[in-house]
This record gives sequence, structure tokens and C-alpha cells, in this order.
Amino acid sequence: MKTLNLDVMAVMDRDLRRALTKPAEKRRWSMVIDLQRCIGCEACTVACKAENKTPPGVAYNVVIEGEVGTYPNVRRRFLPRPCMQCAKPPCVTVCPVSATYRRPDGVVVIDYEECIGCRYCLNACPYGARYFDSGEFYTEGTPRVEQYEQTVTRDVADELGREWRRVAGRESSPVGNARKCHYCLHRLENGALPACVVTCLGRARYFGDLSDPESLVAKLVADERVGRLKEELGTEPQTYYLF
Amino acid sequence: MSKRLWIALALGVVSGGIGLFGLVDRFANGHIHANYGSGIPWALWVVFYIFFIGLSAGAFLISSLVYVFGVHRFERVGRLAVFTALICLVTALSFIWLDLGHMFRAYRTIISPNFRSPMAWMMWLYSAYFLILLGEGWFLMRRDFAAARTNGGLRGTILGVLALGTPAGGDEERRRDLRVVRILGTIGVPVAVAFHGGVGALFAVLASRPYWNTGLFPVMFLISALASGGALLTAITQLLFNRDGSLDEVVRELGRLVLLFLFVDIIMEIAEGLVSLYPSSPAHRVPFQEQMFGPYWWTFWILGLGMALLGPAILLFAKRRSPRWIGVVSLITVIGFVGVRWNIVLPGFANELIPGLRAAYVEPKLSAVYNPSAMEWLVAAGAIGAAFVLFVVGAWLFPLLPGGRAAAADKRAPRSDRSLEMVQEAE
Ligand code: SF4
Ligand code: SF4
Repeated sequence: MKTLNLDVMAVMDRDLRRALTKPAEKRRWSMVIDLQRCIGCEACTVACKAENKTPPGVAYNVVIEGEVGTYPNVRRRFLPRPCMQCAKPPCVTVCPVSATYRRPDGVVVIDYEECIGCRYCLNACPYGARYFDSGEFYTEGTPRVEQYEQTVTRDVADELGREWRRVAGRESSPVGNARKCHYCLHRLENGALPACVVTCLGRARYFGDLSDPESLVAKLVADERVGRLKEELGTEPQTYYLF
Repeated sequence: MSKRLWIALALGVVSGGIGLFGLVDRFANGHIHANYGSGIPWALWVVFYIFFIGLSAGAFLISSLVYVFGVHRFERVGRLAVFTALICLVTALSFIWLDLGHMFRAYRTIISPNFRSPMAWMMWLYSAYFLILLGEGWFLMRRDFAAARTNGGLRGTILGVLALGTPAGGDEERRRDLRVVRILGTIGVPVAVAFHGGVGALFAVLASRPYWNTGLFPVMFLISALASGGALLTAITQLLFNRDGSLDEVVRELGRLVLLFLFVDIIMEIAEGLVSLYPSSPAHRVPFQEQMFGPYWWTFWILGLGMALLGPAILLFAKRRSPRWIGVVSLITVIGFVGVRWNIVLPGFANELIPGLRAAYVEPKLSAVYNPSAMEWLVAAGAIGAAFVLFVVGAWLFPLLPGGRAAAADKRAPRSDRSLEMVQEAE
């Protein structure tokens, strides 16, 4: 097939562009992570921090490290963990005010204006993908709290694309809210792939529209290595892994 | 006011005063000085929330024995039970309110609820329960309020206003009021069972946390509510109001009731422990071991088993004739239940959701090690102090013990101040 000769980045770019021509409710964003290719460099974690300017105590993406086997047959194993964007998200069910919901394109988002900060969803998520914004700043205690930590303009966690300002200690959203990965919606809607995907050194992350049978992700989830985390809980993650 | 009430007031004022520092910090700096957060989302304040909501449900259900099920033995403390339930409810809600990331959006759980969330059910049920408690208390005492008006003084004036124009009335009127109380109480019983079982369900529905995800949880919540709420009522009755020994028999009866509930609670704990510790699934075993042998082992052994469950069960049985012992043991039980509540919330976080998740990204607020911060303790002290003060003010203001002080003090209106039990006996 022709696509296979292209660089995966170019393929995903093309997939993304094609998906954006469809109406939003026809898309189904999905991520596939190839664990054989992940080298545990944490570039995705850092890229996410920089892109979404997440405060202390919040990390939309982490890479879980582990060791398999016993000496001398030991191997390091890495498991990147963004939000699974579950099709049946328990975090959404428990929210007392419906502040968090699943968009038609499959991304689970939080409306910072609605969230009361009860943290029920943090406990309901089986993947630890939700965080609480306690109102801390990395640059707190330095000569000045940097501007970029206070404005969260690009973290478009809701469809309205409202602009948010974090103020230390105040209940000024998103401070006091639950926060989570949203597949970099703000980038997607401007035709760019999620930050973790473009930064991935091992080329282990793939992204696209699962409802498009021609897309790279649609082909990858047909792979025999494919699987999802905690399948038994019935959450139906839309983040897939190639084991 | 009795000396004991003054002591309670002093405790409340001191504790509340110290707590003000915490409250100021909480309002000025939000959650920055809290040790809960992403790593341990629910902590000390949630512990106190379920502690107080349990006390409230328990005290209320005991009051319903009187007003719904006609168990006359507890008649003397019926009003006290309703009032205690009210104070505990308010305290519980203030804890959970302070815990919210956006306190001033709390009303949205009422106006735009998601009824698939147990937390939304809770808020609706609490609102209903609050109104029921207010209604019950008022219908129980409004004739006394009206009678007190004639006594003048600060107390008479306040009660006169609270009577909202009710005439003092006679036995017939009181009997009619009592019927309203019975209706309210009858609605209240399923509400109380629903909300407290519901708090259990709030935890139990989370498949993500196997420690909480058990069908026993809602039942355990109810039983331990009855045990702890009963113990609180017993302690209050004996230690604050039973000066002349006229409540001795009530205290003994209450002690017996508490013993029964403790017994059932212990059986449930054993069932839960046996199933959890059986070496099948670490998802259940690890949290249970954590509460027994983790850094907070003493909340399990000393507070939980020693002070709340086994210890008091033995003492309540051995000293079942002595109201003094029963009162003191009940107080210890109530304090011990803080440990039981701690071990409902915190062990839920003992398991890593994905092995290695905690080491994957290390920051203070992501830590799984939780020790309440000074701010959290201070706020707790403040809220509990406020509860003491509210209680004492209520105990001074309201005729909580019919036939006791009220009848003695209000000699000018003897007829209208006949206690409910007298009215009922006349029926
Ligand atoms: S991974 Fe967690 S936060 Fe993400 S959708 Fe699923 S339950 Fe919700
Ligand atoms: S923290 Fe916010 S999003 Fe999460 S359950 Fe509570 S209100 Fe909903």
C-alpha cells in the first residue's frame, strides 16, 4: 500500500486533515501506542507539560516504568499513560453536576466553568488520569510567577474555547477544578497532532480518526498485538496499546 | 445552664477559636496548604464528613423509634436526638463544603444535578432531610416555644419569635402536632436510610477502587451510623443532661441498643476482613493490610477496634447497669469512630491504579503518603468547635428534655408544658 512508504508523521497528518473535513460528530479521535517502540524518554510527558502548561500536581501524561523478568533475563518496560478517553467513562457517570462529558468526537472533557472540584471523578477513573489543580505554580517563590503559568489560553478543555486565568489560591478556574488530558483538542482543531504524538522520539504514538477505515489508527487497531488497559472494567478505552 | 454545658461551650469556643486560623488560610489560599490533592483526592475532611453524617443518621433513626415506631422508652430523649441529628448534619455538610474546589458552586448539585451520580442523590436527600429535621423539631417544640414567650427574658423572646405565632394550645393541639411529627418522621426514615446507605454506595460504586467496591459497604455504613449515632446520643444524655439520675433508665436502654449495633458492626468487620485478607486478590488484601499494619495502624487497632468496636462492646456489656460507665464508654466509642471512618476512606488509596504509576511522576501533591496538614487539622478543629457551640446554644435555648428542666422552670404554664410522653400516655 502506498501509505506504508510514507513517513508515519505524514500519514497521520493526512489522516487528520481528512478527518477535519468531516463534521465534528462524525470523527472519533483515537490514539494507539506501540509499547515495543517506546524507549521511555519521557519526551511526551515534557511536551505535554509545555503544551498544556499543567501546574504542579497535574500531569496529563506520564510514562510508567517497570522491569520484567529476573536477572539475568531482565528487560525494562515502558507504559505511557495519557487519558484513555473511555467510550464508557466512569469519570463522567459520577460527576454530580455533569461538568465532565464525552464529546461526540470521543474526547472526554471538563467544563471548568461547571466543575465544583469535588474530586469524585479522580477516584472513579481506573487509570489515574485525572488530577486536581490545587492552585500551585512552579515559579512560585522565584522573583516572579511567570505569565505562562497563569494563562491557560491554549488548554481548550471545553468546546467554547474560553480563556482561563489561573490565580494563586483563588477559586479561579481551572484552579480548584479537576483536570485531564484532552488529546490536545486545541491543536487538533487547528490541524495539528497532539503534542505528545509529534514529540515522540521512538515514533511509538499514533493518532487519528478511528471511524475512517483508511486511517493509520484504524489499521493499527486491527493488529494482533492490540489491547486496552483494564478491559474487564468495561470502560472501552479509545487509547489502544500494541503490546 | 449546667456546669457541664459550660465546659462543652468552653471546649467549643477554644477549638473554634484555634480553628479560625485554619479557616482564614483555607479562604485566603484555597487548597495550597492542604495535603489532599491529585495523589490522595479525599482525605481528612471527607473522613469527618462521613463521621458526622453517620452520627446524624444514627441519632435521627433513634428519634424515629419514638416518633414513628412508638417506642416510648426513648421518649425523653426524642427531641435531643432530633436536635443532635441536625447539628451533626450541618457539621458534616460544612466539612464537605470546605473540601470543594469551588465552594460557591455547591448549589449546582441541586439546580443542575446529574442523577447518575450518587453525589447528586446525596445533595437532594440531604436537603430533604434538613427540611424534615427542621420541621420535626419545630412541630415537637412549638407549643413550648409559645408557652415560653410568657416567661420573657432573652430566651422567652427568641422562642416567642420562633413559635411563629403558634398559640400555646392544650393537649389536643399537642396531639395534633405529634401526628405531623409522625408523618415527617415516617418520611424521614427512608430518607435517612437512603442517604446514609447512599454515602456507602457513593464509595461502593467505584469499580476503580476494589476496597470500596463491595456490596457490604452501604449496609456497613448504616449499621455503624446507628452504633455511632446511638453512642453519641447516649453520651450526651448521660454526660450533659442526666444530673439528677432521672435519665438513668433511658441511658441503660440506649447502652443496650448501642451494644446491639456494635455487635452487628463487629460481625460485618470480621466478614469484610476475612474475605479481604484471604490470599486471593491483592486488590482487596493490600488495603486491608495497609489499615492494619500501615503507618496509621493505630487508627485500626486503637481507635477502631479498641475504642469504637470491641472495647466498648465488652465494657457496655460488663457495666450495663451503670449509667456513668455507659456514658463514658459511649463517648469513647464516638471518638473511636473517627478511626473507623478514617479506615473507610484512606485505605481505598492503598493500591496503585496501575503498578508503577506513583513512581512515574513524582511531585508532592501526587504523593500517596498522606498526613493531614496543619491547615486541615485547624479547619477540622474549627468546624467541630462550631458544632459544640451550636449545640450548647441550642441546649440552652430549646426545651430539649420535656418534663425535665422545662416543666420545672415554666411553672406558670404547667398544662401546656406537659411532656409529649404524658400526652401520649393520655391517648
Ligand atoms: S481514562 Fe479516566 S479520565 Fe480518561 S475517560 Fe477514562 S475514566 Fe475518564
Ligand atoms: S471534580 Fe469536577 S468534573 Fe470531577 S466529578 Fe467533581 S464536579 Fe465533576
